[in-house]
Amino acid sequence: MNDTFLAELSEVSKRFGNTVALDQLDLQVRSGELFAVLGPNGAGKTTAISLLLGLQQPDAGTALLFGKSPHEVETRRQIGVMMQEVALAPELRVREQIDLVASYYPSPLSPEAAMELTNTASLAVRPYGKLSGGQKRQVQFAMAIVGRPKLLFLDEPTVGLDVQARELMWVTLRKLVNNGASIVLTTHYLEEAEALADRVAVLAKGRVVASGTVNDLRALVVRKHINCSTTLTVEEIAAWPDVQSATTDKHRLLITVSNAESVLRRLLAADHNLREVEVRSAGLAEAFVELTQETKS
Amino acid sequence: MTAISMPAGSTPARQHSSLDSSMSKARLFRAYLTEAKYETVRMLRTPAFAIPFLGLPALLYLLFGVVIFGAAIRNDAQAGLFIFAAFALFGVMGPGMFGFGMLVANEREHGLLTLKRALPMPSPAYLVAKLLMAIMFAVIVMATMLAVLPLGHIKLSAGQLFAAAAVSILGALPFCAIGLFIGVLTTSRSAPAFVNIIYQVMMHVSGLFYPLPKFLRTIAPVWPTYHLQQLFFSVIGMPSQGSASTHIAVLVVLTLVLTFLAVRRLALKG
Repeated sequence: MNDTFLAELSEVSKRFGNTVALDQLDLQVRSGELFAVLGPNGAGKTTAISLLLGLQQPDAGTALLFGKSPHEVETRRQIGVMMQEVALAPELRVREQIDLVASYYPSPLSPEAAMELTNTASLAVRPYGKLSGGQKRQVQFAMAIVGRPKLLFLDEPTVGLDVQARELMWVTLRKLVNNGASIVLTTHYLEEAEALADRVAVLAKGRVVASGTVNDLRALVVRKHINCSTTLTVEEIAAWPDVQSATTDKHRLLITVSNAESVLRRLLAADHNLREVEVRSAGLAEAFVELTQETKS
Repeated sequence: MTAISMPAGSTPARQHSSLDSSMSKARLFRAYLTEAKYETVRMLRTPAFAIPFLGLPALLYLLFGVVIFGAAIRNDAQAGLFIFAAFALFGVMGPGMFGFGMLVANEREHGLLTLKRALPMPSPAYLVAKLLMAIMFAVIVMATMLAVLPLGHIKLSAGQLFAAAAVSILGALPFCAIGLFIGVLTTSRSAPAFVNIIYQVMMHVSGLFYPLPKFLRTIAPVWPTYHLQQLFFSVIGMPSQGSASTHIAVLVVLTLVLTFLAVRRLALKG
């Protein structure tokens, strides 16, 4: 066990009947980072989190939380959890839900402080069952942070939130990380990973197909877009080596390339009137699609 | 975008060492108490649960023991005690069976139990809270039964009343275990049906409400309600069958076995 890992899956495999959910998966969560786990539905994200939380047992490999078994309640006192699908008691009021979770921890925030951090103070006396979907997620977020956890597990936390609530959650997450907390976040909102994550792991079919910083992942997929105004035709450019596709949009040409430098050199040589050249990396969204499709094929 | 500020001294994860994960006994006790408090509060706030279970026993006792058979009971004290026992035990069975059976099935299915297993809730707190809720309901039921008792021309000593209350309240435990056992084996849709069938059958074929025909009387000891009823009879001075220690042993063993099987299954499969 490396002391710098707060949570660790080592060569973990998990099957459900004939379906392989995780296939010799390795994941490490380091202290002080926001670690995003990305992947299509069925990639194994929630199963990986469940193993780290001790909710399921791996068929092979080990799952460690703070270097210990996640089954130990002392270990879990250092974590906060927000799950994807949970029906909390609808009769309890918001403050009561948060107070109940706070009682599980040795030195929690007051429910009021947790509500202030998550902008849910105005809901304090509302019965949970009467809240909107987005408000419920905000309350679950308050419940996740009320124990002052060192490590937060958030499974698709911003699903159902409006833009303002999502941004508020992002701001709070950054503050938590700045104050020393670590966060594991699963999401299918790629911009969320791009905006927040220190490190990203892309899961597909129960395996990590790529991991690193957002920039590492972008670089891993070298595809770039060149946008320019040119007198050359789409057909002509589409036939060049390293060009994956070329399309025209009014007077501009959008070229997707696997080697930007060689295509640029050829463009400059072929068209002396080439103007408004713009080269940009494919976004994480595109990297993500590409990485997960490779595993499918 | 609203800017937020961290409340002073309330920063999550600030200066925590791994030693901070131990809980003082006082906080641990508070965790159990809080779980039980909110479990009881939520059931009291559920009218479909609270009104029938809290209100019906005393109301039915008033109807049968006072209004309908009141005149007859003046000449037959034992009939009055029989009806009193019937509705007291009817009252303490329900909250445990339904509270455990339907809630556990529902909470297993809809993620609440999973969340609580992931959170650092002390693992027995989940069941202890429901148990205390069922006991709290049994206490309220017995309080209402004792309150209306003088209207039924029943004369019991303070000691007998206390013993009757104690038997009824502790008698809720086997029904909690039956409810729990059903709750871990069924889904949220099938649990109400299973709980209802067993609840109804157990009340009607154990002789709780009326004397049984002979062939049913011979198999009545199969039902925990029979043993609880006989115990209740023995503490209020009614003629009873079997020894108190046998009845207690049957109820204790049933409670422990069903709880053990249910807890094991919960731990393995959730």
